[in-house]
Amino acid sequence: MVEVLFWGFSGFAIVAALLCVTRTSPVASALWLVQAMFALAGVYVLLDAHFIAAIQVMVYAGAIMVLFLFVIMLLNLRGEGPSDMRGWGGRVMAVVLSAVLVAELWIIRNIMPDEALRLPAGEMDRLTAQEGAVQMVARPLFENYLVPLEVTAVLLLAATAGAVVLAKRRL
Amino acid sequence: MLLAPALSVSAILFSIGVLGVLLRRNIIVIFMGVEVMLNAVNLTFVALAQQLGPEGQVIVFFVMAVAAAEAAVGLAIIIAIYRHRETVNLQKLNLLRG
Amino acid sequence: MIPATVQLVWLVVLLPFVGFLANGALSFVHPNAKTAVSVIGVGVLAAAFAVAVAVVAGLAGAPGGAPYDVHLWSWMPAGSLEVDLAFQVDQLSAVMLMVVTGVGTLIHVFSVGYMREDRSYPRYFAYLNLFVFFMLVLVLGANFPVLFVGWEGVGLCSYLLIGFWYQDHANANAGKKAFIMNRIGDFGLLMAMFMIFRATGSLSFAEVFEAAPNQFGVNSAEITLITLFLFLGCVGKSAQIPLYTWLPDAMAGPTPVSALIHAATMVTAGVYLVARSSVLFAMAPFTGAVVAGIGALTALFAATIALKQWDIKKVLAYSTVSQLGYMFMGVGAGAYAAGVFHLVTHAFFKALLFLGSGSVIHAMHHAYHATHSHDDAQDMRNMGGLKAYMPWTFGLMWVATLAIAGIPPLSGFFSKDGILAATFGRIPDTPVFMVFWLFGAVAALLTAFYMTRLMLYTFHGANRTGDQEREHLHEVRWIMTGPLVVLGILSAVGGVLNLPHILPGAEWLGHWLEPVTEGAAAYLPEVHLAVPTEWMLLGGATVIALLGIGAAVALLKPAALTRAAEAPAETGVRRILLAKYYVDELYDRFIVHPIVWLSRRVLWRVVDEGVIDGAAVNGAARTGKLIGWLGTRFQTGQVGTYVVLFVVGVLALLHAMTR
Repeated sequence: MVEVLFWGFSGFAIVAALLCVTRTSPVASALWLVQAMFALAGVYVLLDAHFIAAIQVMVYAGAIMVLFLFVIMLLNLRGEGPSDMRGWGGRVMAVVLSAVLVAELWIIRNIMPDEALRLPAGEMDRLTAQEGAVQMVARPLFENYLVPLEVTAVLLLAATAGAVVLAKRRL
Repeated sequence: MLLAPALSVSAILFSIGVLGVLLRRNIIVIFMGVEVMLNAVNLTFVALAQQLGPEGQVIVFFVMAVAAAEAAVGLAIIIAIYRHRETVNLQKLNLLRG
Repeated sequence: MIPATVQLVWLVVLLPFVGFLANGALSFVHPNAKTAVSVIGVGVLAAAFAVAVAVVAGLAGAPGGAPYDVHLWSWMPAGSLEVDLAFQVDQLSAVMLMVVTGVGTLIHVFSVGYMREDRSYPRYFAYLNLFVFFMLVLVLGANFPVLFVGWEGVGLCSYLLIGFWYQDHANANAGKKAFIMNRIGDFGLLMAMFMIFRATGSLSFAEVFEAAPNQFGVNSAEITLITLFLFLGCVGKSAQIPLYTWLPDAMAGPTPVSALIHAATMVTAGVYLVARSSVLFAMAPFTGAVVAGIGALTALFAATIALKQWDIKKVLAYSTVSQLGYMFMGVGAGAYAAGVFHLVTHAFFKALLFLGSGSVIHAMHHAYHATHSHDDAQDMRNMGGLKAYMPWTFGLMWVATLAIAGIPPLSGFFSKDGILAATFGRIPDTPVFMVFWLFGAVAALLTAFYMTRLMLYTFHGANRTGDQEREHLHEVRWIMTGPLVVLGILSAVGGVLNLPHILPGAEWLGHWLEPVTEGAAAYLPEVHLAVPTEWMLLGGATVIALLGIGAAVALLKPAALTRAAEAPAETGVRRILLAKYYVDELYDRFIVHPIVWLSRRVLWRVVDEGVIDGAAVNGAARTGKLIGWLGTRFQTGQVGTYVVLFVVGVLALLHAMTR
């Protein structure tokens, strides 16, 4: 069951991603990307990452892609037609390079971490049941990775200020 | 035991992201290709977190936060460029040429 | 312990060099200071001769310690090669020393008179002194490189002096020809030096000749090759077949130069080299036969050409080539003392002949100058009957002619006989020497003939110079006749140096040279002919000489000659002889032209312009430009391109990591 769902969601994600990069209209691309992200959220759930799935939808699909769409509409972009994609030579080169990349990465898909590092089977389920999905992530976040968390907060502040400054009409 | 399938999906998604970056000339769509790549990486982390512990998910959390910041700043730059050059076609943005 | 006077040998060498520097400076600063130049030029030579006498006396007083190596300084300490600037005083170099400084001084004195009216008087003496310096370095060198320095130096001075009147292109060309042909021989000498060093690890005479018996097998390929290469050097320097054509052309230089360089000293350097390396040549009998063979052939060949030459100096030039052939015949047969003896006597009578002809030419020039005539002052057809006008020159040149023809008891008779006897003595064990001996005998006949011809046409009969010129013909000044007298005396009595063993007081030179030649004598024992055979040869030589002289007197008719300008062209055999068998033309057609063609069309156009300029120099620049252009193709300024390259790099990295 889990397998079937997994292949369903990931298949959809792949198709959506492909369509995203091949549409001429930017709006269409953005919408397909949203689709892909939703599908991935489903995959996350199947991988016992419930909290991550939730924030994938909220932050990635809900905020970042919305921002993309705002900008596309702000700039009033329509697809520029054929000049939007590379010429034939460029297309061949892109496909070839991507194919090589896939081949390279395909080779390492069967790695398995060492026994010593791995958790006992079903450990994630147990943790989720015991602590809850949120606390499962929050505990390491606030205990071991507090400093990166604070730094990330500062980063977000800086990004916000920077975005505003960069996009202003007149300083 | 979804590790191997998840890693293969991640590989395919990452390559699609690279394809998008190499194939298109519209900056915004290229940016979307980058987002695809980031999502693929997130998938890898989550898959491995299932084997190695919740720290993997913490990293995904951070990746998303940084991706958000990056998207904001990047799109702001695109807006600024569009105001100056009236185009988002990467081929026309060639001031780097010596 | 080197005797004190022997240690002064460096002074002998230095004095002429100082003369060169002084005269050279004067030629720039005070070109008209003829007296100063004469005093310096002759003075250094006379002083050198005096010191040389002292050196030889020192050697004679203590002959047991010879060879004395006087080290000046360490010249080339290069790893296993140790070459010092050192002079070797032994019996052989003593002989050469006396000849060079003695005859050199006489010729310098003669030059004072001969070149008196020349504009470049200081330059002449500077070059002449420089030549003597190099010649002394050559004969005194204690190792092959020092000898080679002298060898090359005398070649250089020969070029400078042959082309002394360089404003005439023909003279400059003659100088170039001499130098280039010498160079061909020098290649041989260098190859021999390389091989000797490789075999024995040393280049100093003492060490090489001591090691030679152990190092080389008798008649082995190695020693034969070494000696053949050495002989190639001699062929170039001493004008043997096939590298002899430069010597007749060298007559373009002033006559005293011809006397000194191309009769008495430089051309004998080859004979000296063979005598010096006698051990090596004795161990290679094949080369010995080659040396003797070429010597004999040259002797005969050049003698035939001399039969028909009209220029008085050309006759003497071919005679020199022929006599050098005799010397090589002697040393080739293993009679090193005989070859050196002929070298010494030849220096006397050939220098006398050249200087005498110089006096004649000087007188003819003077006469033509007075009447503003443009006739050739050196052509014998313009001479005749000069004995009435130049009695001293006439008499002394007859002394030299009798000497060279081989009339006893003059010196040439004994030296020629020594060589012919040695050659005859080698016939039993090497039958081919029979041919050589025959060549030598015929050449002796021809020598007597053409020398008598020279005397007849020049001094006897009626005078053909011209009525107006005749008034101006007279004997040359004493400064020029004086050296002739000395040389005449030496030509006459010089034979006592090495009388045949059947006479009392015999073989003085041979015994003197024994310490030098005994190494060779171990392989090639001296041949002592039976007394009757020796008398027969002596008698036969006299008969041949008299026959030659008689035939010339009987067959030649000086009265039938006309002046050179009006003389009819030659025909048939006479024409071939006069044109020296067209050897120069053959060389030009088959050697010079192909080389020039090769140089122009191949080496210049193809190699130099095409390969070196085009491919290497320009090609390197073009390649750099190409690589730079390739680099520019990467800098498109397009972000898209850069992303592609980025991805390619990542792929490469991945590939390396997933191996």
